[in-house]
Amino acid sequence: MSQPVIQVEELFKNYGAVEALRGVSFFVEEGEVFGLLGPNGAGKTSTVEILEGLRAPDRGRATVGGLDPQKSGKEFKEMAGAVLQSTSLPDKMKTGEALELFAKFYRRRADTKRLLQRFQLEEKRNAFYSELSGGQKQRLALALALVNEPRVLFLDEATAGLDPQVRREIYDIIEELKREKKTILLTTHYIEEAERLCDRVAIVDQGKVIALGTPRELKQRSGGTTRIEVRLAQPVNDGALSHLEGVADCRESEGAYVLHSTRVPQTIVALVKHLEATGNELHSLEIAAPSLEDVFIEMTGRRLRE
Amino acid sequence: MRHTWILSLNRIRLALRSRVFIFFSLVMPLGFLFLYAAVFARGDRHAMAYLLGAVLGLTVMGSFWGLSMQLVMFREAGILRRFRLAPIGAGAMLGSSIISNYFLTLPTILIEFVIARWLFKMDTWGNVWGILLLVTVGSATFAALGLIVASVTNTMQETQVINNVIWIAFLFFSGATIPLFSLPGWLQHASLFLPATYLVSGLEGAMLNTASAGELVGDFIVLAIGLGVAFEISRQLFRWEPEAKVSGRAKIWVVVAMIPFLLLGVWENVYGNRLNQIRTDLQSMMQRSVPDQQK
Repeated sequence: MSQPVIQVEELFKNYGAVEALRGVSFFVEEGEVFGLLGPNGAGKTSTVEILEGLRAPDRGRATVGGLDPQKSGKEFKEMAGAVLQSTSLPDKMKTGEALELFAKFYRRRADTKRLLQRFQLEEKRNAFYSELSGGQKQRLALALALVNEPRVLFLDEATAGLDPQVRREIYDIIEELKREKKTILLTTHYIEEAERLCDRVAIVDQGKVIALGTPRELKQRSGGTTRIEVRLAQPVNDGALSHLEGVADCRESEGAYVLHSTRVPQTIVALVKHLEATGNELHSLEIAAPSLEDVFIEMTGRRLRE
Repeated sequence: MRHTWILSLNRIRLALRSRVFIFFSLVMPLGFLFLYAAVFARGDRHAMAYLLGAVLGLTVMGSFWGLSMQLVMFREAGILRRFRLAPIGAGAMLGSSIISNYFLTLPTILIEFVIARWLFKMDTWGNVWGILLLVTVGSATFAALGLIVASVTNTMQETQVINNVIWIAFLFFSGATIPLFSLPGWLQHASLFLPATYLVSGLEGAMLNTASAGELVGDFIVLAIGLGVAFEISRQLFRWEPEAKVSGRAKIWVVVAMIPFLLLGVWENVYGNRLNQIRTDLQSMMQRSVPDQQK
């Protein structure tokens, strides 16, 4: 079996008194799209920046393609591409110029005209960086990450802050890269992104990997429960709902009650009876398979966006 | 070196698109030229040559101000961070600042010469090779000094404060704006510790053709040593990351960068003849001007 492209072993990183990483370990195989999913401050960016060579770990080992990003300098940079959490370029740099400039730094270069076409930036070739929209800037950041035809790509919150339509455009691009068998490590706090794009996901919280597997495997760990989200006319004590038949867990979230049930029909019948008995009304009810968010809540008691 | 050239060309292109750059590197130096010509030279061809030396000095010294601000701005905005992902080093980033600045300074120098010669009837080109030598090494040295300031400051505000303090010293105590001999004696001696004094007096001497080749080479060597020390220190202290703060101890390196000028200042104060030379240049200009004005 071939060696994993990315290997991370027991990474520790402190910023003063803050423990950002507390023993993060995982590996990423060639051609795999691997996601680090977790809330802000979980340690995703610290991990990916160590892998990009931008930070040194306090302890532990990280290699990419067998190289230490800190020590291998140019050789490592030749094979890696990255989108930072926020990319910035000089305001008066033109889109096409930026691609051509960065391509010149590498031995292996992609065709910059094709990159402009691929990322729908052809019309903006002569536009200054300051004139681009948020989505265009992010597409340019992705294109810049590909100017050296990298073997490994790091995407740190590549879609954060973008509107849903632009986010979906970026997903399409990442799916294309996935089909090209690029090895991709992405960090995100969007459930949809991790579920749609990643072959495997590591859920990170408070500087540790708390769960790791394919999205399906992780969801199965949710104890085979189904998610029932209800909105009621009047608030209820969530303790009352958690005692309904089949309910394994009940939490209030953003004005709704999220029940995890092992026996959905019985739970719904019990819920309706409870509402009748208490004179409450049901405004809406949604039934869904558990998401990675549910897995995260189950494991940490918190939501990803808290 | 290839990456340094690539970056230099890119930075030249970016600078030419910046109105702020055009103002500070072209409009302002030309403003000084017209001001000096109108207020001090007043049609005197010989005085114009002497004063052009000071104007050239001011133009070259401007390298100090712009580059430090730009580097700090690039760092704070996270632009350096993006460059850090590419296989380029701190030396290429800093070297490109200095090279691009040099090639952007040259046209202003040429325009100043042309205006002084044809509009203000300056009757000499001075020692052209000596001037080119001093402009070249001076622009690189003052740029490198600016890069040191960028390397030892953590915020734009801090950079502006330090830049202002140093810039005021360069501006007023080098002979570029106020003749050194109108300053108190102790300040004249203190001015011999400033690199700006050697640049300005060297350029004035080269403009009047009074500086010997040996003196020009001496000025060149001093500025070149200052350049080498300043460049290496700023390379060592270079920070790509906006949040990477420099320690108080690292700021002591600024003093190290000034050591060549401190040593030269001591030598000039004890054994040198620089103040006399500056006085002689000023007197020679004034003596030649008097009969010229009487014509």
